[in-house]
Amino acid sequence: MLLAGLAVGVPLWLVAVTSAKPQAEAITPNLDLPRHWQPGSNYEEAVSQGEMLHGFLNSLLVVVPSVALVLILGAGAAWVFARRKSKLVAAAYALCISGLLLPPAVITVVMELRQLGLAGTRPGMIAVYTGMYLSTSVFFMTGFIRAIPVELEEAARMDGASPLRIFRQIILPLLRPVIATATIMVMLYAWSDVFYAFFVLGGGDRATLPLNLYKVASAQLYLNNWHLVFAYVVVMSLPMVAIFLVAQRKIVSGITSGAVK
Amino acid sequence: MADTAIRTRTQKPVPAKGRAGKAGRLPRAAVHHPWWFALPAIVVFAAFFLVPNLLNFYYPFTNWSSYHPDIAFTGLDNFTTIAQDGSLLRAIRTTLLYALLAAVFQNGFGLGLALLLEADTRFNRFFRAVFFLPVLISALATGYVFQSLFNQDGAVNGLLGTDIPWLGSTTWTLFLVTVVHGWKWMGLSMLIYLAGLKGIPGEMLEAAKCDGAGPWRTFWSVRWPMLAPALTFNVTTALIGSMNTFDIVQATTGGGPAGSTEVFNIYMFRIFGQGLYAQASAMSLVLFLVVVAVAIPLVIGLRRREQLL
Repeated sequence: MLLAGLAVGVPLWLVAVTSAKPQAEAITPNLDLPRHWQPGSNYEEAVSQGEMLHGFLNSLLVVVPSVALVLILGAGAAWVFARRKSKLVAAAYALCISGLLLPPAVITVVMELRQLGLAGTRPGMIAVYTGMYLSTSVFFMTGFIRAIPVELEEAARMDGASPLRIFRQIILPLLRPVIATATIMVMLYAWSDVFYAFFVLGGGDRATLPLNLYKVASAQLYLNNWHLVFAYVVVMSLPMVAIFLVAQRKIVSGITSGAVK
Repeated sequence: MADTAIRTRTQKPVPAKGRAGKAGRLPRAAVHHPWWFALPAIVVFAAFFLVPNLLNFYYPFTNWSSYHPDIAFTGLDNFTTIAQDGSLLRAIRTTLLYALLAAVFQNGFGLGLALLLEADTRFNRFFRAVFFLPVLISALATGYVFQSLFNQDGAVNGLLGTDIPWLGSTTWTLFLVTVVHGWKWMGLSMLIYLAGLKGIPGEMLEAAKCDGAGPWRTFWSVRWPMLAPALTFNVTTALIGSMNTFDIVQATTGGGPAGSTEVFNIYMFRIFGQGLYAQASAMSLVLFLVVVAVAIPLVIGLRRREQLL
């Protein structure tokens, strides 16, 4: 237990102390407390030099619409897949969750985006993330909806509710725990992704936070700026940690029902 | 049973109220769960996931690059190039080894933590959250943290008073990077194993106790078989997910030393940066085929194992 604690504690400690050190002390990253505390000016430098605010905004502009689309489109599809029984539905479902296993073809997606005029744009990035992570949400949500009794829908139908109304007022509210799970999973992937962002967005003024971190850390070789790298790491991680803490309960129950049936 | 129930329900007449008269000719499912709810998702998924994967069966056979404005068919040229310069086999070997080791560490750490923290106490709940933290930190950031830890003048050497180039060995660096991968994702595995453990009925454990089974015996005879679905999920996602690895490797080693950690995605990243798109795409196709070759037997095998247990 102690060993396990150390395994998580030491790296986190390193991030925390180094992000508060002046450059001279941070050149050789160690576990000592900073002799001179200057977290403020480090974060300030990361904001000005590393274009942190800009990256933060860019990340939000890409991640939030992607997550929203993944959830809305995924829930609609999952409802149909969970309730209808035919060979065609089964095939469509299998196809839609194939993204869980198959790797995205990152090079040709760039090609396609260029032809569509979406390369290097936010809509292009959103489309790629949505396509990539739809499988996750469809998979989790379909499993979840199958466990919801059809009788609930039938009762509403007796009262003359339309499919859209049933979907909005019965299915969506019941999906809340699994929506929480899918949100954090997709958000986690998209928020920290640097690989696909590199191909689709490249550098430039639409670069997301991870791309900026990559840039800052690549300059590391010449500049020895561990203090900035770790300031970045903290800023990038905090939103995810905050979301997790808020939605913890629901995430756990969502993962439980989705993965281990 | 459920199936017949649904079929008999379908045959019942639709209540003749409102629009139902018109809908009566359609099957009920089409009225109650119309396709257009699924259509947007299918369209987006097809356009931005399936189509690129289909295109990936064509472009590797062309000379597409930043140097050719026109794309021409060139047959197997790209594949012979990557086979002859040795990167093809090396990438396959490195990626498979990486995936295997990463899956072992991630599941080993995850299962260990789940068993340690199984009891539902406040102390355990706190530590579950702590061990989930690495999942929330981006893989790129994780990579940089461990790069600074394992740096020759980094924290690990400072702590141990040694001077070992941790990330400088062509044999052991890959191993070390997969440990980092396991570290980053162990929290997720832990959570899923915990869910699996929670699903074991208490009576079963009590019965084992009454029969005089010790903790070790209880684990192998009761807990382990009952964890089969969790294991299936964890092993599949860990193996397949880590074949797609990029960030941790890029941040810790960048594919080095001497290309010994150059997995598929690192290769694509490097070659794409040089403008050799078709060649990168060829590697992407190989990755696709390798994943399919691993995934299908894996899923079938693990499912069968679940049914046997």
